[in-house]
Amino acid sequence: MAKITYNTHDSKTHTIDIQNGLTVMEGAVQNDIPGIDADCGGGMACATCHVYVKEEWFDKLPKKEDGEEDMLDMAFEPKQNSRLSCQILVSDELDGLTVSIPSKQG
Amino acid sequence: MIKTDTLIIGAGPVGLFCVHQLGIIGLKCEVVDNLDKIGGQCIELYPDKPIYDIPAVPECTGEELTKNLIKQIKAFKTNFHLNERVEELKKVEKKWLIKTNKGTEFEASSIIIAAGVGSFEPRKFPTKEIEKYEGKQILYSIKDKTVFKDKTVTIFGGGDSALDWAIELSNTSKVILIHRRDEFRGMQASIDKVNQLKKEGKIEVYTKYQLDSVSGNEKVESINIKHDDDSIKEIKTDYVLGFFGLIMKLGPITEWGLNLDKKTIPVNTENFETNKEGIFAIGDICSYPGKLKLILSGFHEGALAARGCFKYAKPDEKYRFEFTTSSKTVKGRLGVKE
Repeated sequence: MAKITYNTHDSKTHTIDIQNGLTVMEGAVQNDIPGIDADCGGGMACATCHVYVKEEWFDKLPKKEDGEEDMLDMAFEPKQNSRLSCQILVSDELDGLTVSIPSKQG
Repeated sequence: MIKTDTLIIGAGPVGLFCVHQLGIIGLKCEVVDNLDKIGGQCIELYPDKPIYDIPAVPECTGEELTKNLIKQIKAFKTNFHLNERVEELKKVEKKWLIKTNKGTEFEASSIIIAAGVGSFEPRKFPTKEIEKYEGKQILYSIKDKTVFKDKTVTIFGGGDSALDWAIELSNTSKVILIHRRDEFRGMQASIDKVNQLKKEGKIEVYTKYQLDSVSGNEKVESINIKHDDDSIKEIKTDYVLGFFGLIMKLGPITEWGLNLDKKTIPVNTENFETNKEGIFAIGDICSYPGKLKLILSGFHEGALAARGCFKYAKPDEKYRFEFTTSSKTVKGRLGVKE
């Protein structure tokens, strides 16, 4: 279990306990956090679960796999700290992770 | 006006198998899809990626799955209306009248929506002031490349579309290629070609830059691009092309009076009918308790929805269940010679 904080575009902050084994994307979708579309359902085939990871957390996350950076080319306003939230697996180590959701996904 | 029994919206794997299920019970159908090819997400998003959970097919790619489904429905000689999006539905007496964005009209006794997450549309620039230039000097696809002759064309993107057009247009135009990072993700041969053209001075390439703003009056005159380090560079250009892939949009489906739950259409699990009589929804777009977004679930949903369409197509007939292994009628429809 990890507390994950989602900053949504409407300047709201949602801090939610997410079970280990879910992805940061699934945590958002299951808790109705607005702004994560996840059109492809976690297949790394779209870029609509794009989030910005808070800088101090970015290097702590497991590195991007091949393909994620390619998909991020398709994301809305990608930045250095962009990740696809479907590729971030929740574990105890991620307790306190903060991500921000872009103003839109496409 | 095209008359048919069932109109299927969406030519993805689930729509394709539903053609089969309608075909073997003797119903005719037409298929409309906004993409330029058959296969839906399988062909657009992951043609080369292997799929491992199609029953009895240990491994196949999105493209192979699509090819096999097309082969499986060959006998039904189904018409596909590609590059068309269904815009309007209207019920007149017991028939649905359907109209696409290209003006094609259908009359059907039922409709099956197998539209996945909606229709694919080009992903656009996030910059605000671009709207008044979109479709004029800011484009996401190329219909007539001759308009770029002897002009300056700035291309954004790092995939095959961006690279291919940069190479192609460099013959007749001044081409500037801009990408948000150093690596390009297109075919190696295209990346090599772009690098060679860059060396020869035929293409200018700027990486780690993204579009920041657009200036102009009637037409685009220049754009500002912003580097990762926040420095800005001005580029004079006549045209701006963006190749950022496709995004899925539910589009007109939201306007047909169907119940919607987030981006899905709730259905009953007896025959996958929606709240509108004669409109069914199958595949990723439908929702019900326990729904799994798997291709195999979509096949099952299509089989039941097809039977659900029967009573609308043939109100005076009783549907009778038959196996493909034993029924002469079904084999006849499949074109099997005995």
